Amino acid sequence: MFSLAFMRNAYLAGTFIAVICGTIGVFVIARNLSFLTHTLSEIGFAGAAFGIFMGWTALSGMLIFTVISSVIVGQMSVKQSRREASISAISALFIGLGILFLSLSNQTSSYATSILFGSVIGIAAGDVLRVAILSGIVLLVMLGLYRPLKFDSFDAIGARVSGLWTTAISVVFLVLVAMSVSVAAQIVGSLLIFILLTLPAAAARYFVHTVSKMIGLSILFAIVGVWLGLYLGYVTNLPVSFFIAAIECVFYFTALGYQRLHVGS
Amino acid sequence: MTAPLIAVQHLGIAFPNNQVFKDLSFDIQRGDFVTVIGENGVGKTTLIRALLGMLKPTSGQIKYFPNKKAIKVGYVPQFRNLDQEYPLTIEDFVSLNMRGWRPWLSKAEHRQVDTALRVTNVKKIKQRPLGMASGGEKQRAYLAQAIVQAPQLLILDESTASLDNEMKYELLDLVQNLNQTSHITVLFITHDLPLAKQYAKHYLALRPGQQEFGAMAGMSVEQLKEVSDV
Repeated sequence: MFSLAFMRNAYLAGTFIAVICGTIGVFVIARNLSFLTHTLSEIGFAGAAFGIFMGWTALSGMLIFTVISSVIVGQMSVKQSRREASISAISALFIGLGILFLSLSNQTSSYATSILFGSVIGIAAGDVLRVAILSGIVLLVMLGLYRPLKFDSFDAIGARVSGLWTTAISVVFLVLVAMSVSVAAQIVGSLLIFILLTLPAAAARYFVHTVSKMIGLSILFAIVGVWLGLYLGYVTNLPVSFFIAAIECVFYFTALGYQRLHVGS
Repeated sequence: MTAPLIAVQHLGIAFPNNQVFKDLSFDIQRGDFVTVIGENGVGKTTLIRALLGMLKPTSGQIKYFPNKKAIKVGYVPQFRNLDQEYPLTIEDFVSLNMRGWRPWLSKAEHRQVDTALRVTNVKKIKQRPLGMASGGEKQRAYLAQAIVQAPQLLILDESTASLDNEMKYELLDLVQNLNQTSHITVLFITHDLPLAKQYAKHYLALRPGQQEFGAMAGMSVEQLKEVSDV
């Protein structure tokens, strides 16, 4: 399997993606942003279509769209109560734009599905490098912001009264999420991205109870899902995204079962 | 003990359609234990926000000694909606309030967290997920997080409102202990007059358009009721 260049590339890129999604996911879950990541993946699709229309790479289009829209969402919905509605509005607009650009750029619908569902075969060595660089940037920023981000995500009220610049943290974090979404879309596709960004972290919080351990376990769940998914996809010639989704769901439901046995609720 | 920590001078705060304070003056001495009493909507939270610098006074001023930067404030907020599935251990929750850039805690920082856990009496249960802790344990964990940075001023915002009687006194005993041994100045906002009477040295009674600051000693709960008109 590893004698094939595209499989090597897929495994390399997949590992980077699993690491940043596992890390960011812990904060996504803590901040109740699962819905936003779902929306961002739709916006990523629109961005990819825009990138193709402009004759750029899909990744650049996705980056532009997801980063801009997450900053808009961050500005519009600092108040939690307004968040859901403003996210819906933004996502409706961007999905429409995605369809528009796709039809304008005269690409066939098979291209659209490869954006939506990812394509392992499409990952070239240059893509791996781009994914690696973006992952590096995301991880470095996270590391630099680790303590304030942790405080704001796990105790927003405490962080605000202690004088942390919570709005700035919020916007920076959304940009990081946007970048991770764009990166991860390469492999699992924009529709299934939110699986890697939410399920490993959501499962991890039932087994361990410190932020660092949650990040570690969440990365492990994500990596196992991606590696096993790629392998099963290779062996069976069925879509990788399906396997990754199924494996992560197994982790999540196991975690819920564990919690029920353990705590009885 | 007689040097002021904060001096509020002729403070006025007004929102459109609502003058909350007009001419409010009082000093909080170092090591004092001041209780703020008054009905809902009389401006208790507004006053705290002004003291924390989150709200600009319309007139008058708030002076900090030696200066605002030098005064660290620990704040135990009234509401925190942490549900049963809140995942962090009490220890991890308390260390959220450690500043700095390092992703992990240094040895000295570990000791600081440890001290806060010890003096608030949650050290034994520090590995318990906070979501699984009882109401009293949660409040003690919040208190631990507020004092982990060794603040000069500790503000408790209705922190006892959701506790039963025994737990209230347990929590306030801890606070009093901090006030006496570590000389942390305490500002305690409450509805609970008997509790205020037992622990506070001074009171600030807020009423619409009128405020009274005085010593707690010698006042009975009935007299307090009169001044605060609760």
